[in-house]
Amino acid sequence: MEILQRIAQELELGEVDSVGSLTREAIAAGLAPKEILDRGLIAGMNVVGDKFREHEIFLPDVLMAAKAMYAGMDELKPLLVRDGTPSRGKIVIGTVQGDLHDIGKNLVAIMLRGAGFEVIDLGNDVAPARFVAAAKDSGASLIGMSALLTTTMTAMRKVTALLAEEGLKGKVRTIIGGAPVSAEYAREIGADAYAYDAANAIQRVKEMIG
Amino acid sequence: MNGGGGPAANGRSIRDRLRAGEILISDGALGTELMARGLPAGEAPETWNLSHPEVLEEIARQYLEAGAELIATNTFGASPMKLAAYGLDARMEELNASAVAAVRRAVGTGAFIFGSCGPCGRLLEPYGDADPDRVRAGFLVQMRILVGAGVDLIGVETMTDLREAVLAVQAAVEATRGAIPVVATMTFERTRRGYFTIMGNDIGAAAAGLAAAGAEVIGSNCGKGIEEMIEVAREFRAVTELPLLFQPNAGLPSVEDDRLVYRETPEVFAERARDLVHAGASIIGGCCGTTPDHIRLLRAKIKASA
Repeated sequence: MEILQRIAQELELGEVDSVGSLTREAIAAGLAPKEILDRGLIAGMNVVGDKFREHEIFLPDVLMAAKAMYAGMDELKPLLVRDGTPSRGKIVIGTVQGDLHDIGKNLVAIMLRGAGFEVIDLGNDVAPARFVAAAKDSGASLIGMSALLTTTMTAMRKVTALLAEEGLKGKVRTIIGGAPVSAEYAREIGADAYAYDAANAIQRVKEMIG
Repeated sequence: MNGGGGPAANGRSIRDRLRAGEILISDGALGTELMARGLPAGEAPETWNLSHPEVLEEIARQYLEAGAELIATNTFGASPMKLAAYGLDARMEELNASAVAAVRRAVGTGAFIFGSCGPCGRLLEPYGDADPDRVRAGFLVQMRILVGAGVDLIGVETMTDLREAVLAVQAAVEATRGAIPVVATMTFERTRRGYFTIMGNDIGAAAAGLAAAGAEVIGSNCGKGIEEMIEVAREFRAVTELPLLFQPNAGLPSVEDDRLVYRETPEVFAERARDLVHAGASIIGGCCGTTPDHIRLLRAKIKASA
């Protein structure tokens, strides 16, 4: 079997060690790092994303696949940097102020990285000004916000308001997600997009900046 | 406390009443009631056990007056690991003990006190970084405080990882030593392939795992409303003989002017609750968005048809 297919398959199974060693093998065999990334790691992660969306697999499987993906990425990163491989786009992501729930946000970050985006993950309990500052500092064109609590989702409006205040509306766009938010809520607070789950978030991001 | 569950209501224990086939009414939401009374966004609800005990008493009293026979403590997030996320773990003992005391002051022996315990907030290894032994030990410390403070049952709630739920139930069994019942409920989502937790546990696995760990009453709470909960109840009844507890949300919230509105009215909720009994529920109450009005009507419908 072709080594890139094996990387993708082992990644789907969450085999951290073998994805790492197969990636090293592929590099040693002279395959282009970008090729290994796209047709090995990202191809595997896409299948994982599809199966997760169809409820064929669950969160634990995705988290193990992500660990495997990072094992492969660790091998590739220095080579991608050396080759100057451009990322697909930069995204600042975080769970909003007052909210400590980060499972959903982490999942989106994993799958965005798996899709080839550069993700600046600010963690949880992120103040509105930090989102905006991180986007300005990094040159990211998109801010992704997550909230699990009905009490904290209202912090999303502060970010969209702050972007408007600083004249960044349209330059830095926003996407929101999390159990209590909705497309209506995104419209109401002037966010540019809403995603109902992680796979949908990746799709929307691709449409927006991919 | 012989036979479990203190001298509540008509003086008979929860175990006796469940054995006799009675349908018991539990309270509705606590979190959303606290928000309605001004709990700020992002603040740990448990801090109000010390800063606003009178508010907790008021909510418990309203549920008692509405006819709830089980009333929960504001300790859902009061396990050491969860409190640590707020930098509050050093105050764990007083946060738990004061919550039980507030409900006891409000209800006396007029209702059973349900010692609430939710997830630790972190994923277990290997998916996350939480060490199972430490998680279990943390639950045990919290539950010993709840038991010592005089709860009438321990309720492990809103679990989505069966492994974590089992650790919590094992800790509860160790803390209670059989003196009071241990209840365990998980939260399921509907998928095209049936009901699963986000960690992929189905109802059959949940029922078997929770029972094996020593839970005497099992079931489900939270979720998307009473319609789905009726289906969940039917699935549970098909796989277990244990008494079942269900506490659905009042539907999913929508946002109006930054305020949350739960769409399932007390009337709709109470009407459908009868189907929850037919599906096999022994204890019925509400989760997020339900109010004393939901419980009042629920009780009227259930006790009228009993």
